[in-house]
Amino acid sequence: MSELDKVFVDEKLCKGCGICINICPYHVFTVKDELKGIVTPIGQDKCTQCGICEIYCPDFAIAIVPKKGM
Amino acid sequence: MILKHFARKYLREEVLPSTFCPGCGLGIIINCFLKAVEELGYSNLNDFIFCSGIGCTAWIPSPHFKADSIHTLHGRAVAVAFGVKMVRPEHHVVVFGGDGDIAGIGIGHLIHAAKRNLEIVVIMANNFTYAMTGGQLSPTTPFESLTLTSPYGNIEKPLDVVKVIDAAGASFAARWTTYHIIPLIRTIKTAIKKNGFSFIEVVSQCPTIYGRRAGFKSAYDMLKYFKEHSVPIEKAKNMSDEELKDKFVVGIFVDREKLGFTSLYKQVINKARVKL
Repeated sequence: MSELDKVFVDEKLCKGCGICINICPYHVFTVKDELKGIVTPIGQDKCTQCGICEIYCPDFAIAIVPKKGM
Repeated sequence: MILKHFARKYLREEVLPSTFCPGCGLGIIINCFLKAVEELGYSNLNDFIFCSGIGCTAWIPSPHFKADSIHTLHGRAVAVAFGVKMVRPEHHVVVFGGDGDIAGIGIGHLIHAAKRNLEIVVIMANNFTYAMTGGQLSPTTPFESLTLTSPYGNIEKPLDVVKVIDAAGASFAARWTTYHIIPLIRTIKTAIKKNGFSFIEVVSQCPTIYGRRAGFKSAYDMLKYFKEHSVPIEKAKNMSDEELKDKFVVGIFVDREKLGFTSLYKQVINKARVKL
């Protein structure tokens, strides 16, 4: 985890529904745990901090660093 | 530094992870509601009182929100909210309920609250089924849809609750789906500020109970279906019934300026005082 990270996933709350993997236009997320389907961000540099995954996540597991000036 | 989801400052940490199934649309409705609350400038939910009946959707305020809430009888959430609003007219009273709770057993209360134009917000999550009891047929189940109690297809036409509310004379009625998050947030903001009965129907996915019987593979499959099968109200005016058969008409259906029940009630009290 570095200071440049923009996306955080709380693995205790993620239930693995897979909405974020499909909804993200830049394909930032991928499945980490095949059994439970828990996701992890792989493309931190691709994230534009639009924040739609934060709203679409039904389990409050994703957090996005707010864009500066917003 | 580990950042937390924006909604978690309004939610009770001890009930997380939530009781909803993976991929349930109710989490998206919570996010949209709390985003609207955050954008209106409330740092906590102290100005709100929540009422809910029985059902999956009724679980939204009752264990999750850090706020005052009443978890009441099945279908009676609007009736209880009526009493709460009369006693505490300065608070925003918000009712959360499912389609079985609000449009099934509680439709009488809903129509009368809409007729009186009481200043409450009713958010109805329409997941087409009674999900908590195992997936029975509800008043909004689509025609020919498969559920637990209609294994050969539903022979009833679904009830259009937004049109019922329009006919009852409410101030504000809208319908969106869980796919349309940005317009939904904007609509909830308008509804909270509105002085009158505000009704928002949110078509929501239920991948576990309804989706698997109706032939959807995942929660995203249902979201994609909502995206492809929703028609804006302006466009729907020029479409025939045949074209709109399996479509959801989305948008703001009613937006009237009308005096609400509590302000009219105050006027009556003032009039009676003058006579004495």
